[in-house]
Amino acid sequence: MRLPCPLCGERDHSEFVYRGDANVVRPDAEAPGAQRAFHEFVHLRANPAGWHKEHWYHEMGCRSWIVVERNTLTHEVRGAVTAAEHTLARRPAPVADEGGR
Amino acid sequence: MRYSALSLLVNAFSGQKNWTPVWREPEPKPEYDVVVVGGGGHGLSTAYYLAREFGLANVAVVEKGWLGSGNIGRNTTIVRSNYLLPGNEPFYEFSLKLWEGLEQDLNYNAMFSQRGVLNLFHNDAQRDAYARRGNAMRLEGVDAELLDQAAVRRLCPFLEFNDVRFPIQGGLLQRRAGTARHDAVAWGYARGADSRGVDLIQNCEVTGFLVEGGSIRGVETTRGTIKARKVGVAVAGSTTRVMDKAGLRLPIESHVLQAFVTEGLKPILPGVVSYGLGHFYISQSDKGGLVFGGDIDGYNSYAQRGNLPMVEHVCEIGMAMMPMLGRARILRSWGGVMDMSMDGSPIIDRTPIDGLYLNCGWCYGGFKATPASGYCFAHLIARDQPHEVATAYRLDRFETGHVIDELGHGAQPNLH
Ligand SMILES: Cc1cc2nc3c(=O)[nH]c(=O)nc-3n(C[C@H](O)[C@H](O)[C@H](O)COP(=O)(O)OP(=O)(O)OC[C@H]3O[C@@H](n4cnc5c(N)ncnc54)[C@H](O)[C@@H]3O)c2cc1C
Ligand SMILES: [Zn+2]
Repeated sequence: MRLPCPLCGERDHSEFVYRGDANVVRPDAEAPGAQRAFHEFVHLRANPAGWHKEHWYHEMGCRSWIVVERNTLTHEVRGAVTAAEHTLARRPAPVADEGGR
Repeated sequence: MRYSALSLLVNAFSGQKNWTPVWREPEPKPEYDVVVVGGGGHGLSTAYYLAREFGLANVAVVEKGWLGSGNIGRNTTIVRSNYLLPGNEPFYEFSLKLWEGLEQDLNYNAMFSQRGVLNLFHNDAQRDAYARRGNAMRLEGVDAELLDQAAVRRLCPFLEFNDVRFPIQGGLLQRRAGTARHDAVAWGYARGADSRGVDLIQNCEVTGFLVEGGSIRGVETTRGTIKARKVGVAVAGSTTRVMDKAGLRLPIESHVLQAFVTEGLKPILPGVVSYGLGHFYISQSDKGGLVFGGDIDGYNSYAQRGNLPMVEHVCEIGMAMMPMLGRARILRSWGGVMDMSMDGSPIIDRTPIDGLYLNCGWCYGGFKATPASGYCFAHLIARDQPHEVATAYRLDRFETGHVIDELGHGAQPNLH
């Protein structure tokens, strides 16, 4: 299994450290229900049989955190982006400026 | 038919032509008291103990493939009860005691052999950790011996004792631990359950659950609807996929674990030996093959096969521990899908759906648990109360903080 690091190109997966599901989002500790939300964030996983977006750390390379899209049934890899890109892409679009400032 | 020396003799003289099938292949009935989902070791032993211990014989086991097609037929067969934590140790010791009487109980040769499990240590910190574990075991009344280097040498003279970085200083030995024939365990339980009236239904995949007003009513399968008062799910690596159909999100990730076997050799290994550097363990099957493995590959997988880096890693550590291993040829390697839990310990509990019970989270260590898991799951299903040695295996322990984390790795399944 080879992973396409966005910075280093395709490298053997043994250069990387696996972290897990990249779709879980750290909850707001101040929000109501935070305790339950943290339990879900830390412990509960979709664990799909199929496509999975997951965090890998390129320890033996550029030391970037990346998000790889990989099929858990076949180990086929569809692509990878840096973790920063992944986070920016899923942030809600900024609310349109009401003007006046 | 009861197996005995006489039945073997009679069948030998009649050309082995009069053996009858070991279990029936019934059509599913419209309704059962209990449906057990998954015909692996845990599902079959659950059905067996439901019938034998808890008087419930109107039971079906529904299996997607054939009986024993999952991890029960893929594991490296190690049976031991050398756990540290109070939530685990009594359960695994209960299991080992069931193993000790299993073959008489089932009238089936599972080739259970108490040849001992030896965990090596290589430095003072590891010695302390194993001394502590051995003491914890003895406090629970379980056998454990801390061996020094000379004693390990007497047991396994062929190990590499002089490695400069990882010298073998000694080991923790559990003599009552050992190995068993994995398929025979599945077959023995299947036969025992069938002969007590349990229907074993193969090629029957559960595709959904019938739930009414928060209570289970049965399962949808590829062979039609089967109604049931209670349903117990024991599908190991498929847990998430099956429980998704009941709308449950679980503290489970599926990971692949590989194993290896060499060509058959003359007896050389006295028991099971594990290396403290990285992770490596080895035993010898009764056929002579050296059976060995290491850690899980470390990423989510349902593929039932692993990748080359783990093959290389396992072989490297094997060579470091036991250099003569390099002369043996590997015949086969394979992988199985593990239901890795967030603390590395199993779950045997109710679910938020009334009458639906869950048995999962066995990680890479559920073979040894087969008898106790089935016994405790049957207890839970029949009485709606956890068995006393399985009270810690709650589904909500992650939320309440009562995790059972033997290795102290935290909620990171690929490290357990
Ligand atoms: C390589 C390897 C080495 C191992 N070594 C050891 C060891 O040395 N010692 C040890 O204690 N443990 C070991 N294990 C772990 C052990 O094998 C498992 O924890 C244990 O077998 C899991 O329980 P089971 O036998 O019930 O699982 P399985 O045999 O996997 O049974 C689950 C069954 O559920 C069925 N199923 C799935 N989905 C459905 C559905 N929708 N409908 C109906 N049926 C379904 C599957 O087909 C399968 O037959 C090892 C595992 C592997 C892979
Ligand atoms: Zn890189």
